[in-house]
Amino acid sequence: MKIMVAIKRVVDYAVKIRVKSDRTGVETNNVKMSMNPFCEIALEEALRIKESGLASEVVAVSMGPAQCVDTLRTGLAMGADRGVHVEAAGQLYPLTVAKILKSLVEVEKPGLIILGKQAIDDDCNQTGQMVAGLLSWPQGTFASKVVLDKEKQLAMVEREVDGGLETLELDLPAVITTDLRLNQPRYATLPNIMKAKSKPIKKYTPQELNVDVKSDLEVIQVTEPPKRKAGVILSSVEELIDKLKNEARVI
Amino acid sequence: MHKSLSNSYKFSTLKRHSGSLSPFVPSIFRLNQTNNLQSQSSLTNSIKTPSGYSPFRHFNQNPCFFSSGYFPNGINFKGFGRNESGVSCAKLFFRSFCSEMCRESMAYDVVIVGAGPAGLSAAIRLKQLCREKNVDLSVCVVEKGAEVGAHIISGNVFEPRALNELLPQWKQEEAPIRVPVSSDKFWFLTKDRAFSLPSPFSNRGNYVISLSQLVRWLGGKAEELGVEIYPGFAASEILYDADNKVIGIGTNDMGIAKDGSKKENFQRGVELRGRITLLAEGCRGSLSEKLIKNFKLREKSHAQHQTYALGIKEVWEIDEGKHNPGEILHTLGWPLDQKTYGGSFLYHMNDRQIALGLVVALNYHNPFLNPYEEFQKFKHHPAIKPLLEGGTVVQYGARTLNEGGLQSIPYPVFPGGAIIGCAAGFLNVPKIKGTHTAMKSGMLAAEAGFGVLHEDSNMEIYWDTLQKSWVWQELQRARNYRPAFEYGLLPGLAICGLEHYILRGKSPYTLKHGKPDHEATDAARLHSPIEYPKPDGVLSFDVPTSLHRSNTNHEHDQPAHLRLRDPKIPELVNLPEYAGPESRYCPARVYEYVPDEKNQVKLQINAQNCLHCKDFQACDIKDPKQNIKWTVPEGGGGPGYSVM
Repeated sequence: MKIMVAIKRVVDYAVKIRVKSDRTGVETNNVKMSMNPFCEIALEEALRIKESGLASEVVAVSMGPAQCVDTLRTGLAMGADRGVHVEAAGQLYPLTVAKILKSLVEVEKPGLIILGKQAIDDDCNQTGQMVAGLLSWPQGTFASKVVLDKEKQLAMVEREVDGGLETLELDLPAVITTDLRLNQPRYATLPNIMKAKSKPIKKYTPQELNVDVKSDLEVIQVTEPPKRKAGVILSSVEELIDKLKNEARVI
Repeated sequence: MHKSLSNSYKFSTLKRHSGSLSPFVPSIFRLNQTNNLQSQSSLTNSIKTPSGYSPFRHFNQNPCFFSSGYFPNGINFKGFGRNESGVSCAKLFFRSFCSEMCRESMAYDVVIVGAGPAGLSAAIRLKQLCREKNVDLSVCVVEKGAEVGAHIISGNVFEPRALNELLPQWKQEEAPIRVPVSSDKFWFLTKDRAFSLPSPFSNRGNYVISLSQLVRWLGGKAEELGVEIYPGFAASEILYDADNKVIGIGTNDMGIAKDGSKKENFQRGVELRGRITLLAEGCRGSLSEKLIKNFKLREKSHAQHQTYALGIKEVWEIDEGKHNPGEILHTLGWPLDQKTYGGSFLYHMNDRQIALGLVVALNYHNPFLNPYEEFQKFKHHPAIKPLLEGGTVVQYGARTLNEGGLQSIPYPVFPGGAIIGCAAGFLNVPKIKGTHTAMKSGMLAAEAGFGVLHEDSNMEIYWDTLQKSWVWQELQRARNYRPAFEYGLLPGLAICGLEHYILRGKSPYTLKHGKPDHEATDAARLHSPIEYPKPDGVLSFDVPTSLHRSNTNHEHDQPAHLRLRDPKIPELVNLPEYAGPESRYCPARVYEYVPDEKNQVKLQINAQNCLHCKDFQACDIKDPKQNIKWTVPEGGGGPGYSVM
């Protein structure tokens, strides 16, 4: 069984973000980029499934500008067997990504797709669900535990939901998105980084996959959130009620 | 990540060159009392470490951990033959028993520690020489920062002298060197006023740059030439052979939890063996300092101790109208007093960005001095404040620099390699420039190293060429400026005037440095606490806010990399006698004295904040009892500078 893992190149989580002065987006020039932490967890899970013998190959997929190859190489260094890079300039929104993943699934025919639950730059939390919808595959999102059963072709996914933990049984092929507590991603070792240089990365363009990247969304403006105002110490209950009524307008 | 064109890495341990190379024996480790893995590698014929430890004791231990399922040490079984030393049996034997301790090993011709200006210049120069002479050498650079340039911070007014020699086409190749110096101001500050003085610098022909960006560009150039650069890997130990020759370095184990146990993503460090090892760790590099001590390199060159300064820097984005690309300013005087050497800098880069900072020499006397707060004070000076109003801070960082100059340069060659760049200490203090000399030292070491590997010469040639180069000439001329300030600010300025205008580098004397920095701190009772104004959040900031801007992060669950040799000293000595200076000299608030449950004040080490300013010098340098020891944390952590 082949596992496809989608990884995204995002601004590193430790970087302090600034909004560009023209407010069209976030400053990404000269800023450290790395693999989305949830995608690392997804890749780690795929590698563990492969190491337990239930999968034969792990393919890492990434979409974006040419530098995505660096992120793919990190993925290959962690242990993925092959990489696929879909080169596309400009902002890619979840629906477009899902459509591209669907086209790639038709080419690669994996038995399982694992993604991170969301990217830390846009926090959309949509791509996994959309891919499952487009493919009509079952989905297990926010996975905190995954157990595969190869003979029955099932995946038992324990999900972290608001009410607690929910366990689902999915027929394979399926889509799984990973949450934080699923595993601890491994480090890429030096020897693996060197081996990764010779692993193949196949390149595609969205046109080759028959996907139109024009988006239905347009970002008009990006601003910083308003600065937190200082708290005010009130002197009496009447003052509190007055403020709640007239300033905050909640009663 | 990086793309490397070189395929000349070798996995095997077996040497392909003739000539004597130490028999290869994997490293041997033992668990010390706190259960931290400590390694003592040794190449011996008798399979014992120098301390007599025998690996056979591990025969009954739990079978361990193969990081990726193939032979540790990368020994290719098929190609394994018997070598002259007859150690082969031992090696086979070894592999079965010492799996716990063995690390994978990779062999290169040259291993360079640190992807900074010196390290990358050396790497580039080596590959250039290879091309000229039509040979090949495998060159590997390890860097503890998460990417090349992440731990690079410097003023920086760049003198392109060394770069012109290394990569003369840098302009065509779009090096990030675009802002030539347009004006050069020098002020003496008092609390409210600024007096303009004639500038002692001649910066015509120099450029205002971000060194972090330049180093990133140099890294790209190095990779194009086939250098393998591995960011995110911290070199934590030196590897020796039986003759005490340096044969490479070992990287840190990753994935160790705070209590020393292995986490599920534990990854053993790797050995990088080089026929030549170049240490380019920058000022007060942890491995370089060990080597200097081990091989007594300071005594060998009759050098004095090294003296240091702490530089704290911020990059601001200011209003367009106030920005003047290429304008540089240096100040002396306020906020530092007459007995404390230091000064500030303010350079206009491009894109409306300015770099400003304060450098404080670490031999200050008053234990209540807080360099970070002095810097915040400085920004409020009436001549500086208007420039910053309306602007925002982009990044913050701190790093120590060496101020010892010529008098403190240790003998930079050791058996198996050399020390280059600020790790040795080639900074020209009156010019406040060390980048060009660091680069040149890297180039000279590369040339000497190439000679060793291909022409059978020896590494001592590096020392000779260094002393014949313009680096030495510059440092000769500059040697008396800094020590002159031992006599105070005004006498110091007078001597500098003498040196600069009259003697012009032909001084018949060489001034000596004063006491080492850690001995210079007076007891707290001789001084009174300094009241620093509260940060206003617009011009001045508190440490946590600034720290956030340095993009500093370390993996939380790892052993603290700052260790106390004696845990009782902070409360017994540092606090009562010196009023706990470490809580003040650290620019990242790593050290805090907080009351514990019993309301006793204890030293708390927030190692995660560490900016790697190597001020662990401050820790290591300034700590009156030299009690704090900085070790290198897990690679990939630390600050994330991009425009510093």
